[in-house]
Amino acid sequence: MASKDNKRRRTGLIFFPAFDWAISPSHPEREERLLYTQDQVFEEGLLDFDNIHEFKPGLATTADIDRIHICVPEARSVVTESHLISAGGAITAAQKVLSGEVDNAFALVRPPGHHAMRIVHGARGFCNVNIEAIMVEYIRKHYGPKRIAIVDTDCHHGDGTQDIYWHDPDTLCISIHQDGRTLYPGSGFPEEFGGPNALGMTINIPLPPRTSDEGFLYVLEEAIMPILAEYKPDLVINSAGQDNHYTDPITNMRFSAQGYARLNEILAPDIAVLEGGYSIEKALPYVNLGIILAMAGLDYSSVREPDYHAEALRQNDQITRHIETTVGQVMQLWKKRREIKKTLVGDARYVKRNKRVYYDTDGISEQQEETVRICDDCGGLVMIDSFADTGRRIFAVIVPGQSCPVCRQEGEAFFDRMEKGRYRHIYFQDRDRDIYIAK
Amino acid sequence: MILGIDVGGTHTDAVLIEGFKIRKKAKIPTDAAHLLNSLLQVATEILAGEDPGKLQRVVLSTTLSTNAIVQDKVERVGMVVAGGPGLSPELLPRIPHTFHVAGYVNHRGEIIAEIDREEIAAVGEKLRREGIGRLGIVGKFSTRNPAQEEQAAAILSKDFGHASLGHRMSGRLNFRRRIETAYLNSAVWDIHQRFVTDVLQFVRGQGIEAPIYILKADGGTFDLAGSADYPVQTILSGPAASIMGILGMTKYDDDAVALDIGGTTTDIAVFADGAPLLENLGVTIEGHKTLIRGLRTRSIGLGGDSAVRYEEGQLRVGPQREGPAAALGGPLPTVTDAMIVLKRTALGDENLAAAALAPLAERMGRSVADTAEIIFAEACGKIAGAVRSFVEEINNEPVYTIHEMLEGKVIAPKILHVMGGPALAMADPLGEMLACRPVIPPHSEVANAVGAALARTTAEVSILADTERRRLTIGEEGTQMEIPSRYTMAQAIAVGEEKLREKALAMGARKEDLEIEVVESQEFNMVRDMYMAGKNIRVKVQIKPGLISGFARGQSL
Repeated sequence: MASKDNKRRRTGLIFFPAFDWAISPSHPEREERLLYTQDQVFEEGLLDFDNIHEFKPGLATTADIDRIHICVPEARSVVTESHLISAGGAITAAQKVLSGEVDNAFALVRPPGHHAMRIVHGARGFCNVNIEAIMVEYIRKHYGPKRIAIVDTDCHHGDGTQDIYWHDPDTLCISIHQDGRTLYPGSGFPEEFGGPNALGMTINIPLPPRTSDEGFLYVLEEAIMPILAEYKPDLVINSAGQDNHYTDPITNMRFSAQGYARLNEILAPDIAVLEGGYSIEKALPYVNLGIILAMAGLDYSSVREPDYHAEALRQNDQITRHIETTVGQVMQLWKKRREIKKTLVGDARYVKRNKRVYYDTDGISEQQEETVRICDDCGGLVMIDSFADTGRRIFAVIVPGQSCPVCRQEGEAFFDRMEKGRYRHIYFQDRDRDIYIAK
Repeated sequence: MILGIDVGGTHTDAVLIEGFKIRKKAKIPTDAAHLLNSLLQVATEILAGEDPGKLQRVVLSTTLSTNAIVQDKVERVGMVVAGGPGLSPELLPRIPHTFHVAGYVNHRGEIIAEIDREEIAAVGEKLRREGIGRLGIVGKFSTRNPAQEEQAAAILSKDFGHASLGHRMSGRLNFRRRIETAYLNSAVWDIHQRFVTDVLQFVRGQGIEAPIYILKADGGTFDLAGSADYPVQTILSGPAASIMGILGMTKYDDDAVALDIGGTTTDIAVFADGAPLLENLGVTIEGHKTLIRGLRTRSIGLGGDSAVRYEEGQLRVGPQREGPAAALGGPLPTVTDAMIVLKRTALGDENLAAAALAPLAERMGRSVADTAEIIFAEACGKIAGAVRSFVEEINNEPVYTIHEMLEGKVIAPKILHVMGGPALAMADPLGEMLACRPVIPPHSEVANAVGAALARTTAEVSILADTERRRLTIGEEGTQMEIPSRYTMAQAIAVGEEKLREKALAMGARKEDLEIEVVESQEFNMVRDMYMAGKNIRVKVQIKPGLISGFARGQSL
């Protein structure tokens, strides 16, 4: 797939390997993770191309985090400097794209963020805060309301991003991942389809283990691209995990560097943000090379892993048929998304959901009850009662972005009335007015 | 007694320094067609009546190889390139007579695909038939394992006298630049070789026994005879000479900026804590991005002779030069004319300058004096703006650790060194604009020769110790050695220092100038299948650009 010069785009690269930060010395999320990627990117001389520009990441602030998360007890206590730089790197990528300095940008930063949910009691799936969500809300705050599509191509279900945008009709979250019955975090089935005010704004496409390039590209062309074409987002963000690679040590897929490059060429994200990917020596150098070349519109046809063997990686017919069935099911749901609301919601004014969240990285369990106001005019007022086994119980009142006056008034009134009682803290978050209060 | 000579584009300067005092200066116009003649002439002139036996060292700086590249008077070079998968060959530097051959080393230095001996022999045969006598042999990641470049060189050595091997050019990673650098090294190899032979012959003929050095782009010197295999290191040594000259003539250890304001351009250099900054990867010459260590400079199109125009309601200063100042017989008003009107310089005919500015003044609806003031302010403003953005760019350079991100050095210049024709006129206003103390170094008319004379030998060594593979590689030296699995950072640094010492001494360094600095030391745990498999240790040591010892900074020359 030789790209010609006329397809060249100005690509921003925010590279922050955090060579002095690890979750623990032998953790997959350790200093070494992007070392060989750096070697490859430097050796190939990518930064010498006129259309590839490297930028130093900025530092995100706790205000950037408070715009989207409810951190318990507060943002500063759940993040380290490295999270602020990683989220800051994503924000820098967005700034460079939205200011027109570059056409697209790739935040090759760590640590990742897509397992971090709205309420944060600790770290889960190596993530503390959701760097894409922090970036998305930064964009909305500084560049106005936007319809944004996040396509999560990490091998693990992007459950954090899904949780954050579950009720948001202006954010389309599509996640493709290895089937949750075979991999952490165990969720991400097609039936998880968005909250009552945002049906169809969450799309999950689980893939069977051993899916190869063919299967990924089929899903891209037969589901993701048609859905995006209909949704017409202002921005497309690739939550770009690299753990679908056939050498990844903690997953079971068969995606290749060529496949990743092709995916990014077709998807043409405005911004890509690195998520997982732990085959640090055999995959990441080549996958990142492929992604950067594809984003910059440069020929990636010669990118290949040293041990690549197309025949050995081919997926069997059973997998192909399975994927075709899943895609059919997803597209059916997508087409019927508007009709489903009536049957699902009925006359209810509020809808509750209960869930348990396990913070595997920090070993914390949380019990949550989330209540959303049924609303036809906005994403709906959200209230969350959250109790973690750290002993911390909190309550949060969240007024959505682009909120209607009723949801806001109800939210404000509720927060004013609410007494601390058994709660450690009560939080109020208003995205439109960028207000965050804890009492 | 030290002799320093700089053969520049316009002038050839020489200084004779004794007891760290300038005893004699000489300056002649450069004969562009015969650089060697200029060199010999100025040397003969300055040495007249001197005892050559008293010379302790002779240092040359010359634009010879730079000119050869700029004027494309270089040899044809056959390039043998083993890239393996990755960037498409279409995206590599387009150098004529390039052959892409089999062979592939990965980032760990492991050989993934062998070279094909017959293929390489066939390339050699083809080049020989085309009458190409110089070679460049470059492999991807060859600094991690030089074996394939060496194998190819062995196959081709009988037919080609000299080959530039990529890994020898620099220890840094950048395959495209490695190709460019090896190419340029071979392209100027013959011309430099002849120069070295001629100079040595002359010097010995004069009865000079002292060591002869040549200046490199990084402001360091190396032994002239030893330079023969690495001529590419001498390109762009002119700007390096002038920066080293400033270092020799001033006494500040602060962050500083140096400006060399010429007729057409102004060159900007930056000093951090008194030491000149180096380019991150290497210098760029005529569009060739190289791995040649060089001082970091920025050139802008503004100087004393910059033409001044008033077009579409806007005053434009530079970047073109259409000739000298109107006051000196030039065709258009220039920045210098404005300075003459403002009595900031005593140069030229004041009436001619005022007459040249008069039409501009009329169109602008101002007096001639006001117009001169506006032009002068605009010229200084442009230079100050370029300095600010250069410093900002350096301070915004990406870093890769949290520590550097939060605690990294921020350059805040306090001193402004100004050289060149307009220095006297512009130093004060520029200093005010940049909130720096302006300093005009003495003897700045021979700064380049002074810089060459006093520069010490510089060198760099890059070490990668991979304890899982039990291998230590010194990239630019082509050295690999066994190490035990319990190897430490301290041991790697010790080996680096040892090798650097050896290397610098072989390049002609004096023992007392071996001021070694560790510029990079990183250590990574390598974890495979959840177990600690080894350590990946990376060390870079250097002797940074500086003055020979015995010479106290800013001692009055």
